[in-house]
Amino acid sequence: MSALVKKNSLGMAHVILGLSIAVLVIVVAVPVLLIFLNAFWAEGKFNITDVIAVLREPETYQALLNSLIIASGTTLGSTAVGTFFAWLVTRTDLPFKKFMRGMFLVPFMLPSFIGALAWKMLLSPRAGYINRFFMDAFGLDGPIFNIYSYLGIVAVEVMYLFPFVFIQVCGALERMDPTLEESARISGAGLFTITRKITIPLVLPSILSGALLIMLYSMAHFGTVAVLGIENGIYNIPTLIYERIHQSAGSFASIRTGTVLASVLVVSAAFIIWLQGKVLGRGRYQIIAGKSFRPVELKLRALRWPLLGFCLLYIGFTIVLPTAVIFLVGGLKTYGLPFAPENLSLVNYRFILFEYQVTKDAILNSVTLGLAAAFITMFAGVMISYVIVKMRVRGKGILEFLGMLPFSVPGSVIALGVILAWSGKYGVNLYNTVWIILVAYIARYMAFSLKANSAALEQVHDSLMEAARACGASMWQTLRDIVLPLVRPGMLAAFFLIFLPSLRELTVSIMLYAPTTRTIGVAIYTLNEDGETVVSAALAGIALLLIITGQTIINRVSAKYQG
Amino acid sequence: MSYVRLTDVTKRFGQVTAVNSLNLAIEKGECFSMLGPSGCGKTTTLRMVAGFEDLDEGEISVGERLLSSRARNFYLPPEKRDFGMVFQAFAVWPHLSVYENVAFPLRIRKLPAAEIAARTRDALTSTNLLEAAQDRPENLSGGGKQRVALARALAVNPDVMLLDEPLSSLDPHLREEMRFEIKDLQRKYGFSIIYVTHDQSEAMALSDRILVMKQGVAQQVDSPLNIYNEPANKFVFSFIGLHNFLSVSLLPDGAASLDGQHPLPETLAPPRELRGAAPLSLASRPSEINFSTEGHFTATVTRKSFLGEIIDYQLTSGGQDLRIQKSRRAPGPEVGETCGVLLLRPYWFGDDA
Amino acid sequence: MATILVESVSKRYGTHLVLDNFSLRIEHGECFTLLGPSGCGKTVLLRLIAGFETPDSGSIRIGETVVAKADNGVHLPPERRGLGVVFQDYAVWPHLSVFDNVAYPLKLAGLPKQAVRDRVLESVALVNMTGLENRLPSELSGGQQQRVALARALVARPALLLLDEPLSNLDANLREEMRFEIKELQRKLDITVLYVTHDQEIALALSDRLAILDENGTLRQTGTPLEIFERPADLFVFSFMGVANLLPARGEGDACLVGRQSLPVQPGACPDGARRLAGFRPSDVRIDRENRDDTPCLRGTVRRASFLGPVMDYLVEVDGSTLRVSVDTHEALDRGRVFRDGEPCVLRFHNLHWFDAPDAAKAPPAGKSPLADVAAAKGAGA
Repeated sequence: MSALVKKNSLGMAHVILGLSIAVLVIVVAVPVLLIFLNAFWAEGKFNITDVIAVLREPETYQALLNSLIIASGTTLGSTAVGTFFAWLVTRTDLPFKKFMRGMFLVPFMLPSFIGALAWKMLLSPRAGYINRFFMDAFGLDGPIFNIYSYLGIVAVEVMYLFPFVFIQVCGALERMDPTLEESARISGAGLFTITRKITIPLVLPSILSGALLIMLYSMAHFGTVAVLGIENGIYNIPTLIYERIHQSAGSFASIRTGTVLASVLVVSAAFIIWLQGKVLGRGRYQIIAGKSFRPVELKLRALRWPLLGFCLLYIGFTIVLPTAVIFLVGGLKTYGLPFAPENLSLVNYRFILFEYQVTKDAILNSVTLGLAAAFITMFAGVMISYVIVKMRVRGKGILEFLGMLPFSVPGSVIALGVILAWSGKYGVNLYNTVWIILVAYIARYMAFSLKANSAALEQVHDSLMEAARACGASMWQTLRDIVLPLVRPGMLAAFFLIFLPSLRELTVSIMLYAPTTRTIGVAIYTLNEDGETVVSAALAGIALLLIITGQTIINRVSAKYQG
Repeated sequence: MSYVRLTDVTKRFGQVTAVNSLNLAIEKGECFSMLGPSGCGKTTTLRMVAGFEDLDEGEISVGERLLSSRARNFYLPPEKRDFGMVFQAFAVWPHLSVYENVAFPLRIRKLPAAEIAARTRDALTSTNLLEAAQDRPENLSGGGKQRVALARALAVNPDVMLLDEPLSSLDPHLREEMRFEIKDLQRKYGFSIIYVTHDQSEAMALSDRILVMKQGVAQQVDSPLNIYNEPANKFVFSFIGLHNFLSVSLLPDGAASLDGQHPLPETLAPPRELRGAAPLSLASRPSEINFSTEGHFTATVTRKSFLGEIIDYQLTSGGQDLRIQKSRRAPGPEVGETCGVLLLRPYWFGDDA
Repeated sequence: MATILVESVSKRYGTHLVLDNFSLRIEHGECFTLLGPSGCGKTVLLRLIAGFETPDSGSIRIGETVVAKADNGVHLPPERRGLGVVFQDYAVWPHLSVFDNVAYPLKLAGLPKQAVRDRVLESVALVNMTGLENRLPSELSGGQQQRVALARALVARPALLLLDEPLSNLDANLREEMRFEIKELQRKLDITVLYVTHDQEIALALSDRLAILDENGTLRQTGTPLEIFERPADLFVFSFMGVANLLPARGEGDACLVGRQSLPVQPGACPDGARRLAGFRPSDVRIDRENRDDTPCLRGTVRRASFLGPVMDYLVEVDGSTLRVSVDTHEALDRGRVFRDGEPCVLRFHNLHWFDAPDAAKAPPAGKSPLADVAAAKGAGA
């Protein structure tokens, strides 16, 4: 029961509320609305036949189908992989469990499109290093594996997305009351039966929730499909939107196709989020306990070391190998040469850091865009979350609804919406400037900021603020002296949650860039498209270094906050 | 003939000895409680009987059946011990209906369908859950969930029922009621109970015998009344209800004294065997002290609180605090008054801390 | 002066009317407790006085100042009411040290640095926390955090201290200790204390006067602890203040009958034709094996005997009514009052309280409430 808003401060409250609504409307609601308008509203009236016609075109239809196929495959694969590893590091006596738990989170840091680039270098049908090695060594006619395929795309996405499930299931398994399993043992059930009948059903909501998150991500995912699919004519929704907007430079028909596809994406995303809410709302059991002992641990016995070997092999294959290939190719004179010392140098790295204007611009753009987006979104997020979580004011319902939007709007939709809104049609033309990318980043990352800041604000109990009021503090003094200091960790988390991903952003930037406003992601992608493989790999290497450094700083900072 | 036997059972966690050379013999059909503060080893003992912990030394057996033995390097896993067990946090499976929760142990044993149905029904009837059989456990109150846990433990008709603080998650009113329900179930089914609790009144009300534990060592095993009447040491006394400890010194002439100057009367002399011991504690329960002109010593009232049925007095004598609780109907002094106090049941302890 | 005057205050949340035309006067310098079951509106009343809520109608005065008046929209915000508040969850700011927590009200008031320091140290000493000024709240126990909250509430020398269940998160021993400390502080500082709790023992021990509220937010009785306990205004107050035994009795001629037995009562307690309830506490009854001296008594059977350590607890059945009787263990042992299940006994009563029997229709439908027992017993007797 927060009662901070009273007659005498009503004005202030409404200023904050109005400002919050304005931010969300301008940044998120208008672009999304314009997409639906463009899709369903032609010549002043509602028009569904055109929409159906667009969806029936073979290419759009195929893209929809592909998105579904790839997302389903990725979801199934990631769920299996993530659940298995989560179970392994929480419920068995696998050696070095803690270390392995950390290792399985590393793929979170790796941008999947860079991973896709690496796998392209390794397994592209003709030039891929692995394929070539086997063809040369055994005189095979064709490649042993073609990465330009559904299977290839799904495999790469699984490698970098499974942590979503892994982290959810690990959390659920660790928090689960051990007596739930112990009471099954005392009832006479063996460990295998317990896993099947008790443990798995109890963590099923967490598994499903992680799986839906992956589904959502994969449906709207651009990078991997762009790198590995386009070559073979495999498009999904985001890549087709990009293709249409990019190739036809904004013709009416292509905008039409784009908005229809984007609408499909928004609707399916909203559906997935609704489903997730349902799974979590109904199915998340109260399985957390106070008094706890070590949980039942499955003795792997003879399988102990072989399973550890398998885990290490998996990490080596999915993390170490691709990363190494990126850095090595980045050091080559020309793509295709063997990795011999005489072929390797730091020339490319020097070139992109100090000489090549395109990459220098890209790095500068990404860093400044990231910082600016992180700052703005962090503060806007605190303000909006404060209204939603702490204030009792009429009209809050609208804000709560608007606050849900950023969670269900995929990147390519935002990019398209921003183009519609800010290309001069409504008075302001930001197209081809860096500002349009900034606006899109703010929209894209608002969800992260809202999540981190509301979580931090939920922790600040109302009585902490009421105590300040009783001590003689006004509403503003309470905000300044009590609330802001207490949510600072949440704000900091929001800042990094935005800054780091924005360094590697591709989906949004690729739709909005102009020759001088390339970001790192765009530069890596376009250089690779243009056949500048080694320069592109070197830039990817630099990006990885930036991300790793940033992540290390975060870990240090958050460790300090907790210690 | 004792039924559950623990012989020289010892359990260590790293450097800490959680249970130290414990010997117990629990009779068939007995209700046996293990009482002590948290960390005293009572739960570890129960978990060794259940089989969730192996033991480092000693042996546990039930009837003719060996459960754990260090000497014979034998350990029967919990799922083979055929016990019923109820946990503090209910541990009712939320994804199964009440009926399926209770039927689970029977299904695991692959009993014929008709028998499963009959025994599940019986267990549900005994715990008044028949009407809730198809409900989800999450829709039940705390007491309801604990009944499900009880029914599930009953379903296999165990000889031994292990209860690990089963009532401490319930509110006080319900706790009392469930206590009697457990007792009634025991009468009906005839199992032995091993009950772990830190609540002395619960142990007193429920048990045939109580083990009081401290830091892994048994302090006393006895009937509730004997534990109350003849506590083995200061710790046992302090664990049963409110208590006063007055430290007593011996004057040169051998008389006991509270303040080192004035001797206590002959009627309040320490027993012969403790006369050499120092420091010496004179113990008394607040409800077992009277105000009296012929008291053992005098004390001054520093606080008087009206608590409803009883009045709580804080007094001081010779620099030591003394607490007295009397019925509100009994006449008593006011704050600042000095009066005589008579210890109705004084106890003497050497220092065993 | 901090006399609190609550006049005809109503407060509703949505459709739920929490307080209806509620009036109360709390005198300066008194320790006053609002006691009632959860959801009775006692916390709402405290929040109205503190200024965290506004009344829908009525007015509130603290001392000479009208702090809230619904008809002309007066609402003094909490920071300008000059009071101290202590919350159930301590509400100690986790990012500030003990010193900074306590100093905050003074800093807001713009006191010079040295004065702030002196006053903070004085206040910290008042709650026995000297030496811990530089600790962060996370380094303190629950009891210590509650002391910090108390020091913070007192440092600006308010005339009125509001306490909202401040002890219910503490363990029993600490609760008792803090209870005395709060009482001591109140005497020493000569302030008005308004204490909100659902724990009748704390309320009795702490208060100069207390007010009992029922589930509907109706004021049932106001008085000193002794008045409330010994002269309860009605059945609700009697039942709320402790374990309550209720024996249904009916007047027939000069006699007062319980079941088929005659209960000796003072004249007029149970006139001819009346149906009344005799209420008493478990310790207000003497249980014996037989009626040796032939004084009037009731006969019953011990249904359940529980040894609880310092007390023996008996459930005794008397003609269809179940009564609870408690005997000090030493007395039971010394005077042969140890009973086993099923043994017959005789009961003699002190301090019977008489209430009108509620209509069976009005009694709650089920559960263990004393009223339900009454209804059942009445049905059986008729």
